[in-house]
Formats: sequence, structure tokens, C-alpha cells
Amino acid sequence: MLSRLFNFNGGVKPAYNKEQSTGLPIAVPPAPTFLIIPLHQSIGGQPRPIVQTGDKVLKGQRIGEADGNVSSAVHASTSGTVIAVEMRRMPHSSGLSALCVVIEPDGRDEWIARQAFDYRSASPNAIRDYLRDMGVVGLGGAVFPSHLKINPGKRGKLDTLVINGAECEPFITCDDLLMRERPETIVRGIAIMRDMLSAGRVLIGVEDNKPIAIAAMQAAVQQLNETTIKVVAVPTRYPAGGAKQLIRVLTGIEVPHGQRSTDYGVQCFNVGTAYAIYEAIALGQPLISRIVTVAGNVRTARNYEVLFGTPMRDLVALCGPGADTDRLIMGGPMMGVGMPGDEVPIVKATNCVLVGSPTLFPPPPPEMPCIRCGECAKACPTDLQPFEMYWFSRAKIFGKAQEYHLFDCIECGCCAFVCPSRIPLVDYYRFAKSEIWAREKDKEAADQARQRHEFRQQREEREKAEKAAKLAAKTAAGREKAAAALADAAKPATTPEDEAKKAMIAAAMEKAKAQKAEAKNTENLTPEQQAEITAIEARRAEIREQAKPHLPHDD
Amino acid sequence: MLEAILVMALGAVILGAALGYASVKFKVEGDPLVEKIDAILPQTQCGQCNYPGCKPYAEAIAKGEAEINQCPPGGEEGIRKLADLLGREVKSLSAEHGLEKPKSVALINEQTCIGCTLCIQACPVDAIIGAAKQMHVIVASQCTGCELCLPPCPVDCIAMVPIAETVESWKWKYPVFPLHTEKKAA
Amino acid sequence: MLNNSPYFRKPSSVRSVMLRVLLALLPGIAAYVWFFGAAVLVQIAIASVAALAAEAAMLHLRGKPLLQFLGDGSALVTAWLIALTFPPIVPWWLTVSAVLAAIVVAKHIYGGLGQNPFNPAMVAFAMMIVAYPSLMSQWPAVGFTDFAPQWNAIFGQRQLDAITMATPLDALRTALHTADARATVSGVLGNHATFGNIGGKGWEWIAASYFLGGVYLIQQRIITWHMPTAFIATLLLISSGFWIYDAERFASPAFQVFTGGAMLAAFFIVTDPVSGCTTPRGKLLFAAGIGLLTWVIRTFGAYPDGIAFAVLLMNIGAPLIDMYTQPPVFGHKPNTPKP
Repeated sequence: MLSRLFNFNGGVKPAYNKEQSTGLPIAVPPAPTFLIIPLHQSIGGQPRPIVQTGDKVLKGQRIGEADGNVSSAVHASTSGTVIAVEMRRMPHSSGLSALCVVIEPDGRDEWIARQAFDYRSASPNAIRDYLRDMGVVGLGGAVFPSHLKINPGKRGKLDTLVINGAECEPFITCDDLLMRERPETIVRGIAIMRDMLSAGRVLIGVEDNKPIAIAAMQAAVQQLNETTIKVVAVPTRYPAGGAKQLIRVLTGIEVPHGQRSTDYGVQCFNVGTAYAIYEAIALGQPLISRIVTVAGNVRTARNYEVLFGTPMRDLVALCGPGADTDRLIMGGPMMGVGMPGDEVPIVKATNCVLVGSPTLFPPPPPEMPCIRCGECAKACPTDLQPFEMYWFSRAKIFGKAQEYHLFDCIECGCCAFVCPSRIPLVDYYRFAKSEIWAREKDKEAADQARQRHEFRQQREEREKAEKAAKLAAKTAAGREKAAAALADAAKPATTPEDEAKKAMIAAAMEKAKAQKAEAKNTENLTPEQQAEITAIEARRAEIREQAKPHLPHDD
Repeated sequence: MLEAILVMALGAVILGAALGYASVKFKVEGDPLVEKIDAILPQTQCGQCNYPGCKPYAEAIAKGEAEINQCPPGGEEGIRKLADLLGREVKSLSAEHGLEKPKSVALINEQTCIGCTLCIQACPVDAIIGAAKQMHVIVASQCTGCELCLPPCPVDCIAMVPIAETVESWKWKYPVFPLHTEKKAA
Repeated sequence: MLNNSPYFRKPSSVRSVMLRVLLALLPGIAAYVWFFGAAVLVQIAIASVAALAAEAAMLHLRGKPLLQFLGDGSALVTAWLIALTFPPIVPWWLTVSAVLAAIVVAKHIYGGLGQNPFNPAMVAFAMMIVAYPSLMSQWPAVGFTDFAPQWNAIFGQRQLDAITMATPLDALRTALHTADARATVSGVLGNHATFGNIGGKGWEWIAASYFLGGVYLIQQRIITWHMPTAFIATLLLISSGFWIYDAERFASPAFQVFTGGAMLAAFFIVTDPVSGCTTPRGKLLFAAGIGLLTWVIRTFGAYPDGIAFAVLLMNIGAPLIDMYTQPPVFGHKPNTPKP
């Protein structure tokens, strides 16, 4: 049965340049002299380092522990010695540094003890914790922790599990080669995911410019007799490999920005992630390497299975970069990120190291004003009006930019690709987005400060009021006493009853005085007894002195 | 003549009724101006504006008693936003109230702190934790960088540390491309 | 500083867009020359030189890179449209003034390329027809292609009686509005030696040639089908209604579409992206509005053709139309499945 394919609007057809790197099989590069493993390689919290300088680590040993649930562990890619836990430059456009574990390999490549994980008898939470600790993240480029996506959502089961093998970015062929060479492992990984997600069917979307990969995947599906898994060739058009675009093409469902695809009964994983999940579950191997395409301005473009932490320079050197190389790009030419240097490491997000040169990627011609020709709107795969967003981002009217759905933008670069005025449109969106995020953060901080300040003011008010009340109560009591005394003095003391009472009181007092005097049995004491009494009195005084409160009395 | 007067009168009545209806229907509730101004102010509560906090300054602006350029932490952008909101002219930051500085947080030098609690009493947002004769600590995420804890400290153990940019907090810069480079047109 | 992604781009430029627009105008110009003589070529030359000079001067004053912007071809498009919408025998200074009005006032004072809220060529047309109504309505007679008197009309003595003739639209308006009440459409158009074809002799061929150029533009994806279709359909629809109601007082829909500047406007003027709408539904509304206003001004107004005013009026409303016709964004479409 042929399933019906749907269409997404927009998209472009850039020169694909994939044939250069598909000629040779996946190779394993020689062990690097040292590995720089950034702790933060996924979306979410930065993992905490759990090794120290000088520690010996084994291949696959956890070196960074997930920080909370929205995070993912990192592992040593090979056995060796930790020579530093320090700030190193990250493979990020900012060129800033972050905490990395630097490992000097010992050359033995010695694994930790590995054992398969029995996912069938484990609880869903145990599976998720396991995958989090195995460091499995989405390998399509977004590096979203996979354990968070292995969750069928509110419905409890999925209609369709979409597996993304589209790989629409020019130059990149890592998924293509993985599907060609290891289709069985991928399909086994997919079957595990299908079971965990209780998915009704699985659609593997592969762009129809990869016939060999499609045939290999189909053969593997048949061989493993997986009847619910189907390989679907999708039309080649960038960005068919965007998760939302692929879901749309395969199922007709459009998942809006900010909503969970599981609410629509769909979930999407990359083929590389399926492979990694198989390795983690069936082999007990954490995610420590991936397939990386090296292409562009090199003599032999090729795919490598690279250990995370390998410096890009080492990898590129294997392919013979051209003399006029002026940059390294992580990812493809449409969405790739310019690297701050060539010493930055390969990380989980690195699907491709694109070697650039002025001839391959010439500097952009001078920007012209926008003539509102609407080409960008026609090319936009999310049906946005890019020129309007550009207009408001450029003028820093961020509220308006958001009204035009700035955050629905997936930064695929189609608009900038077709713009006849060569405006770096995506740069404006990135600028506007990060500016809006920063402002929201500032606003949150300001709101928090306002709240805390108001609370403090309230507290001070309250304390003041309490103190005043105490003081008032005290002075009121004093005043009452004084008033009473005054009243006594002022009273006419000549009524006969009063006289009688006074006489009675006086008599009583006399009597008491007499009793007191009688009770004094301290006369006629022996000197010993006298001495004893003095000592006791002294001790009493001492205790009384000690018991006196040391706090200064108010008034 | 009479007709014309009648027509005009009728028009006046109808329009007047419409205006009256609109004023009731679209009535603006209350005066949220102080809240709006307060929302723009950075809530550092630093008092550099010569008012005892952001809210009093907002009230003073709303009453027209204060200028809009007395808030150094809000900076030029804050002034511009206030000017937009109030329809006043943008002014440059008044120098007597201070200079715009990079955002910082206070940090207590643990070696020198004697635990006098004076800074705790000065902090407008209760961001300092400690007790008498115990070392004090500033909760960095709650510190507004107001610097009010600096003067009371008898041993000068508090320093302002600019907040460093990280990979997470890094922002894309405004795209600047040379428009004046003349190239051979493609 | 190296740029960010995307690192490569489609080889397209404003310049290539503008050059293809000029290319698409060529069939129409050829037909124009065939029926009205070579005067229009002289006007195109005058307008082009004036436009480039004005553009260069303005770019210099505004401190913009000269070569980059002068080469974009946008000034030439404006110049050609002015030359093609004006009567071909207007004096040279009128063309120059019009071009200056378009380039200096309507384009650069508003901020140059991409910033003008009004269609520059139509601003020039409106200004000139208000300032020089008689000069702007003197058209050469169809088929009178003798070059010398036209040259003289442009640069020297204007002895026009021999070579001019009212355009079909003008004749119709004059007859129906100012002459006796017994005038009818068939009386004006049918009895005239040169009129009586679809849009007036010659005019329909020019219109058909513009149509050809327009199809090329759509094929090149420079314009979309929305605007020409909506414009022509609206013009057809409203004129059909009135024509069926009273064919003696209202011209036929075919006449309306094939005469005057209607076809030129449909593909080259209404479709100006800078001053028009950009959303698909907005484009339809915008062009339909121009179609409607064009018919209204042609039928009831005082000017021979209403396109310029119709375009300018709709230019005013374009941002508002755009705002209210934003297409639904991916995932927010009404007919997609919901969870």
C-alpha cells in the first residue's frame, strides 16, 4: 500500500553536493592525542563533572552527571587519564568557553562493563532514567535529550512514530551512509522505540535522492519482518528534514510551534538517534561517538565515526583541506554554525564539519534594501512573512516581530537563500530572538526584585508597627498605674468606712510585723551555724546575679 | 433656513449621543500610569534617582516631579522607553545621578567578612543571607547590583563583579554589514 | 568578519528582477511603436536618461554607494513605465518633470528603493495630469506613424491638430459627459472610423502584447497570478454588470480591459511589490480595489483614465489590507487536525 504524501509550502532546492562524500564507506579515524569533552552537549542543564584531574577513566565511563531531568549525561569516549577539567572554547558561534573534561587516551580503548538493559520489564521512568544516564540525545542536530521524548504523552500511545532519515541539508551524508551500512541496527533501534512508545505504525522518511539508503532500509525491514515499519521516499526539497515538515509530509499533521507533537499522536526521531538507542539498550553502550561528514573544501570528502571530544582540526586533517580554507562550519551550508577556531571538539550535535573557502562560500554581496518582492514568503516552510519580521527585527520593534510569529521561525535559511536583495534575514531573526529572550530574563529578574523589595517593605512596616504597639502597650500600662496613684492621692480620705478599713489594715500590718519578728529564729546560733548561713546567702546572691538577664532592658 | 438649522441641530444631537455612548463604552479604568512606569524601571531599588526605590521614583515621574533621566541602571534604553510611554523628549542620562555600568552582582569576600549584619540591613531585596558573627553570603540570582551594601560594610569586603557572558546568555549581535563596499554587481 | 548561515544563496538579485521586468515590456513597446510610431522610443530614452541622472544625484546626496544602487535597474523601470503611460508626444520637459517627480519626490524623499508608499510612476502621472491636463490628453492618431511631426511635438513646435486624436476612452468620456444626452457608446465607438474593434484600433494589440510580457513575468516567478487576475476579473465583472444593464451608456467589458493602460497596469503597475500588498489574499483585495476604482473613475470621473488614481488610492490602504490578511502560519491553519 502506498501511503499518501502531503506537502508543506515553501522550501528551496539548493545544490545538494552530496555525491562527494558518499563514495567511500564510513571510516574510523586514528585515536586523537587528547579529547576535549564539553559537559554541556545537549539542551537543558549543564551536567556536573564527576571526575577530577588525574582520574583514570574507562571508555564509556560517566564523567558528567545529568543536572536534573532536562539534561543528559556525558561519558568518556575512550579510556585514559583526565588531564584537566577546565574552561575550553566551545563549538558555538559565540566563541565562548565552557567547562570541559580533557582526557589523554591511554591507547587501550578499554570499555567499562557493558550489559544490555531489559527495557521490556523496566518501568517507563526507569527506561527514561537509563537513557538519560546513557547520554542519548537527538542526533539530528538539535540534541534534545531523547529520554524526554520517549514518552507517549497524554494519550498513552502514539499513532505514528516518524523516523527522520530525510537529511535535506546540502553536503551532509552521515545519515545516508549510516542507513546504507547499518540499516539493521537502525531498524532494531526503531523497533525498541516503537515498543517503548506503543506506536501503531512507524514511517521512516528518506528523501528520494538517496535510493541506495532507501533500498537498504527496506531490505532490513523485510529481513527483520517488521510489518508496522515502513520506509517512505519523500520528495527532495529543503527543509523536508525539519521535524515538523517531515511530520507534515508523512502524516499531514501540522504541529504548531510550542506544542508537543505527542498531543497529535506523533513523535519524531532521527535515524542516528535510533542507532544510538539500540546501542544503549541492547549493547549497554553510552553515546560516545557519531557519524560525522567532512565535506566542502577538502580533497576527499568522507564520513567518519568520530569519538566525541576529537578536535575538529584532527578530523579535517585526514581529508586534506584546501590551502584557501577560511573557516570550519558545524552543520550544513543552510543552517550550519561558523566555528570560532579549528581546535574545538566534535560534539553530539556535530553531524558535519564543512570546510569553507572564499570560492566555495563567497562573502555575501552587498545588501540591498528590501523591495517586498515576497520571494521569502513563498520560500518559507512555516508560512511566515519573513520580510515583515525582518522589518520589525531591524527596527528593534520586537513586540511586532513576535506578532508576526517570529518564534515559529525554524531558522532554516530559505528566506535568506532566495532573497534578491541578499539580506541576511536569519541573522536579524537570531538577533531579535536572543534579544527578546534576554529581555524576558531581565523582566523576570526585575519582577522578582520588585516582589522581594515590596515584601521587605511590608516586613519593615510590620516590624515597626509591632514595636510601636509594644511600646504603646507598655506606656499605656505605666500611665494607668500613675493615674491610679494620682487618683488615690486625690481621694478624700475621711469617710468613716475608710477610717475603719485603714485601721484594720494597720492592725493587720502590725500583726504581720510581730509574726515576722517572732519567726526570726536566728538568734542564739552557734558560730558554725552562723558561718553556714552566710555561705548559703552568698551562694544565693551569686545565683541571683547570674540569673539576671543580660540583655539591656528597654527603658 | 429653518430646515438647515434643524438638520444641523439633529446632526449635533446624533453625534453628541454617539460621543457620549463611546465615552461610557470605552472608558479607561483607573490610572495605571505609575504601574506602567514602574514596569519599565529596572527594579534595582538602588536609590540613585534620589528616591527611596523604583516605585517612589515612578510615582514622582507620574506626578511630573522627576525627570525621566535619573535612572542609571535603566540606561539609555530605559529613558527611551519612558519617553515613548510618556510622550516626553528623550534626554541623555543625568550625570549627577550616576553612569550606566555593565550589570554586576555583589560578592562578599569570605576571608574579611566579620558578620556585622550591616549589609543585610541595607539590602533592598533581602538577597544577603547571614547572622551576627556568621559569614554572610549574597544570593547572586537575587542581587540587583544596587551597590547599597557597599557603603555600610565596615571592612570593605564587598566587591561588585560584572556578570560574565556564557554560552547560554550570549546574544546574537545586530547584523552589521558594510553597505558602502562597492563590489562588482553580481 | 565572516557571515553566518546560510552560506550560499540563489543567484538572484534586484538587478536581475528589474532587467527581466524591462525585458517583459519589450513586446508591448514593439506593438506601441507599430501603431503610434517611434515617438515612444524617444520618450523612453528621455525618461531613462533623466531617471538615471536623478537617481545618481539623489544617491550622491544621500551618501549611498552609487554603482550598487544605480545598477539595480529600479529607476529604469519607473522611467519606462512613465514613458509608456504618458502620451508619446508630450514635450520633453514634461517627461523630465514627471521623472523628477517620480524619482526625487515619490522615491528618494520617502527613503529610496523599497521605502516608497506610493507607486512612483503613478505619482508622476497624477501630478502631471493635474498640472497639464491638456498636454496629457493629446495622443497621436492611431496609424499616424510619421516620425518628423512627432519629433517636433516633443522638441519643438507643437502643431498637433494634424497628428492628434482623442483616445477611445477620452472620446467616450467627452461624448457621454459633456455632449448632448443622446450620445451612446455605440454612437461614439461604432461610428468612428478607427474605433469599433475590441479596445479601439491598435490599443487591443498593444494590450495583448503587454499580456504576453505579463505571462513571462509570472513564468519567471517575478509576479504572482493574484494581482493581474483580480484586477482584470474585477474590471470585467463590474463593467459586465453595467453593460448588461445598459449597453448604450456603459462600455463593454472587453473594451474596458483592452483599452487604455488596463493591461499594462494589470501586469506592470498594480504588481509593484514595494507599494502594494504582499499577502496572497491582500494581493487579491488590493488589485480588485484598483479594478473597481479604475472603472468608477473611467465611467464617472473627470480624467480620461483612472488607473493612476486608483493605484494611488489603494496604495494608501495597502498596509492595512496586509495587516488584516496575514496568512495562517504553519500549524495554525483552520483545516489542520487538532489534538
